[in-house]
Amino acid sequence: MKEYKTIQEISGPLVFVEVDEPVGYDEIVEIKLEDGTTKRGQVLESGEDIVSLQVFEGTDELDRNSSVRFLGETMKMPVTEDLLGRVLSGRGNPIDGGADIVPDERRDIVGAAINPHAREYPREFIQTGVSAVDGMNTLIRGQKLPIFSGSGLPHNDLALQIARQATVPEEEGDDDTEFAVIFGAMGITREEADEFLEEFERTGALERSVVFLNLADDPAVERIVTPRMALTTAEYLAFEKGYHVLTILTDITNYCEALREIGAAREEVPGRRGYPGYMYTDLANLYERAGRIEGEEGSVTQLPILTMPGDDDTHPIPDLTGYITEGQIYIDRRMDSEGYEPPVDVLPSLSRLMDDGIGEGFTREDHEDVANQLYAAYAEGNDLRDLVNIVGREALSERDNRYLDFADDFEEDFVNQGWNTNRSIEDTLDLAWDLLGTLPKQELKRIDKDLVEKYYPEDAEAEEEAEATA
Amino acid sequence: MSKAKEPEQTDTGRISNVSGPVVQAKGLSARMNDVVRVGEEELMGEVIEIEGDVTTIQVYEETSGISPGEPVVTTGSPLSVELGPGILDSIYDGVQRPLDVLEDEMGDFLDRGVDAPGIDLEKEWEFTPEVEEGDEVSEGDVLGTVPETVSIDHKVMVPPDEAGTVADVNEGELTVEDTVVELEDGTEISMLQEWPVRKARPTADKKRPKTPLITGQRILDTLFPIAKGGTAAIPGPFGSGKTVTQHQLAKWSDADIVVYVGCGERGNEMTEVIEDFPELEDPKTGNPLMARTSLIANTSNMPVAARESCVYTGITLAEYYRDMGYDVALMADSTSRWAEAMREISSRLEEMPGEEGYPAYLAAALAEFYERSGLVETLGGDQGSISVVGAVSPPGGDFSEPVTQNTLRIVKCFWALDADLAERRHFPSINWNDSYSLYRKQLDPYFEGEVSDEWADTRQWAVGVLDEESELQEVVQLVGKDALPEDQQLTLEVSRFIREVFLQQNAFHDVDTYCELDKQFRMLDLIQQYNDHAFEALDAGVPVDEIEDVEAAQRFFDIPVEDDWEPLVDEIEDQLDSEFQEMY
Repeated sequence: MKEYKTIQEISGPLVFVEVDEPVGYDEIVEIKLEDGTTKRGQVLESGEDIVSLQVFEGTDELDRNSSVRFLGETMKMPVTEDLLGRVLSGRGNPIDGGADIVPDERRDIVGAAINPHAREYPREFIQTGVSAVDGMNTLIRGQKLPIFSGSGLPHNDLALQIARQATVPEEEGDDDTEFAVIFGAMGITREEADEFLEEFERTGALERSVVFLNLADDPAVERIVTPRMALTTAEYLAFEKGYHVLTILTDITNYCEALREIGAAREEVPGRRGYPGYMYTDLANLYERAGRIEGEEGSVTQLPILTMPGDDDTHPIPDLTGYITEGQIYIDRRMDSEGYEPPVDVLPSLSRLMDDGIGEGFTREDHEDVANQLYAAYAEGNDLRDLVNIVGREALSERDNRYLDFADDFEEDFVNQGWNTNRSIEDTLDLAWDLLGTLPKQELKRIDKDLVEKYYPEDAEAEEEAEATA
Repeated sequence: MSKAKEPEQTDTGRISNVSGPVVQAKGLSARMNDVVRVGEEELMGEVIEIEGDVTTIQVYEETSGISPGEPVVTTGSPLSVELGPGILDSIYDGVQRPLDVLEDEMGDFLDRGVDAPGIDLEKEWEFTPEVEEGDEVSEGDVLGTVPETVSIDHKVMVPPDEAGTVADVNEGELTVEDTVVELEDGTEISMLQEWPVRKARPTADKKRPKTPLITGQRILDTLFPIAKGGTAAIPGPFGSGKTVTQHQLAKWSDADIVVYVGCGERGNEMTEVIEDFPELEDPKTGNPLMARTSLIANTSNMPVAARESCVYTGITLAEYYRDMGYDVALMADSTSRWAEAMREISSRLEEMPGEEGYPAYLAAALAEFYERSGLVETLGGDQGSISVVGAVSPPGGDFSEPVTQNTLRIVKCFWALDADLAERRHFPSINWNDSYSLYRKQLDPYFEGEVSDEWADTRQWAVGVLDEESELQEVVQLVGKDALPEDQQLTLEVSRFIREVFLQQNAFHDVDTYCELDKQFRMLDLIQQYNDHAFEALDAGVPVDEIEDVEAAQRFFDIPVEDDWEPLVDEIEDQLDSEFQEMY
């Protein structure tokens, strides 16, 4: 393999090298510094004479005497089932002091797209034990459902709670070794990472997890490969080894910042707010690696976390994400400051795959109607809150007051379950009926009449009758 | 894509630069927009710029590992689709490669460098001629038919620019490449035609559309109808229901043929279509929906250049069936992804950007695309139409962005989706204040003839009530509903029925998912009757609370989901009459 000592220019994370033999686009390079340390990089543009590279570990200490070696292959991830239980760096090297990894296979980290014809439409429900998710925005195996959060909000706690509690109901009973968690951290702080690791170790979840850590002080460019490494591992475990893989990626915002940094260094024409015009495609290449494949046992489910700059969901990162993912879970600042755990705002949250994965045979027959009714009633109560601030409660009708109470109860009892409560879907739905029991029967327009008869709490009914006769 | 043709020219170019999907080659003599084969793996690409000796190519497949020095050869023809029987009931990628064939050849993941003909060249079709020896035929004339699917007879036509006297006619089981008709000048015509996707197929004349594309969606048919041959845009932020609306249109609209283009959208959504459509019934014929449908799926993680071309592939297929005299509906979801693909390619070419980084030719490209819709007289003398419904995904839900604005300048129907409505679970979340249809006037005669004389009046009444409501709501926000005078409270009650009973429609309910025109009219008419009764009662001094307690009105909610709706509506109508009569 030829070594070049022909670096022409170093600019930000980019290096331009003169070559006399053709180099493949996307190929991996090794750069050797004079003191013997090596850095890795990737070909961004390959011309006849000049090749531009991005260097993963940053270009610190590089100079024109450094030598560049082209490895003749694109970036690969060594994959094996033994990765479970391991902690790796953002570039896939073990950092837990354990044994070297003996790979089964080395896979290209730029995953090929799943042929839409080979996909299987996701229908099986994952029970997260969180009512605001299971009841209102159900997570489905093979779905990509991001958490839209803001700085300083407890999105990590929610992700951990889900990682800890997630089960697939039909497999309850037999051991859940089939469930694996891939955790891809991009640019998070050491402290956050420790929190995750401790929690993983405490609950024993680490055994069934693979952790990739790119920390805040690791080079930004490395963040581009971390999620791809994580997803390549996820695909391998899911489609080769039959695991149901839950992939948690945090924080997508840091990933996008890194994209912007490289774009700027390359002097590309920027799109909205300086982010590159291809950010949609780039993010899609990550998110679309979730799914199920016909005839394959496993699945890849994604739970990406992103912090919205300024809590603004029209910012390009959440905006583009929302257009690709199958819904989103919003973490709400008001609810957080009122101490709700988890502070999930169900109104703007959405799970697009929910409709086909709930109901009889999946969760319970009344699930869809109940969820719709809860939404409608909570939305109505929530709307009235503004009005109350102006005219006061006394000025409102009895009906309006009931809805106001409903909205409060809904947040207090249904959403605010605590980080350590694990509710089955039955518990969640039963609780929903307790809440709906505070509304008169005829208000439940979104629920099939037979279901209302079957599930409407009897004591509420008796009370209502008593009221009517009184 | 056009079949794996052996490159015709021998002079081979060499790659000089690779940057993502954009590759430059030297020493290639290709024409603008010609399809070329790039590298050892023969990836498919298209020439997009020629400057001196350097040819710039956009590549439709992943370019990882491709290096300078590898060969580039031209096929000598522009990006084309293959037209013939077998297009329906198929699912293609953005360059007309059948996805099921690709799956057989390369497994669950999309590999590169694999080509497959758009149409099965082996399969035999039963050809029944409609011409005889000695007949004079000219371009667009129907030579015979082939039963393509249970629903659709495929018409084999004389290709554009061909004409002559029929010398010989074949019939029976033939493949698409076999000659079906030979002309006296020796021209052999087969069932297979090729057409460059970026060029509109010729027609004899364009006409003003007068029939609606009936969608079975109440808010669309009644308030904002689209004509057969019309254009509509559905802009909306994420989560507002663009895709569900597009799916509903693909399922229920009364077009003969549906071309559904999934452009840069979610893989799972396309899978849903692939799984659902063969199971669903075509409301018109009762046959499987796929028998009238062709799907083009280029999901967001498939190569960006193929995303750019997929809308052209789609509209060309649509034009081909239009030329047979069919009414075709094309759904493009989403045109914003197409525009972004243009932007991405343009920025890699380092072109001077226009607004928000989009290329300066964005408006022209959009206009050109939508102009390929319309009601036409075909070359063969028939009438055919293409209706185009394009979804738009504005960043941040902001309709002032370039793609939405440039689209609005062209289309005549605007179905604005609204995040607030979606959040309230009001579906379809089409905002009735912001949306419009410029076809209303020209379609009213049809509705008045087919449904009721009072169609237009009833609609105008409903629009009026909704307008009034939106003004009143502003006051209600401040002082509460009970502070309003009684007649305004009643208006709010009536408009609530219009919104919750009529405008809301559950796409996932077996019955409610499709609402025939008669039912639409009777429902709205019933609410109007309630309105008239109610205001009469109010004038007669009945308090508003009592009017709101009318039980018949509560039963309105049963109508949308009732299959056998006519007796129910009659019954409620009678009950309304009697309840109001008892009141005063």
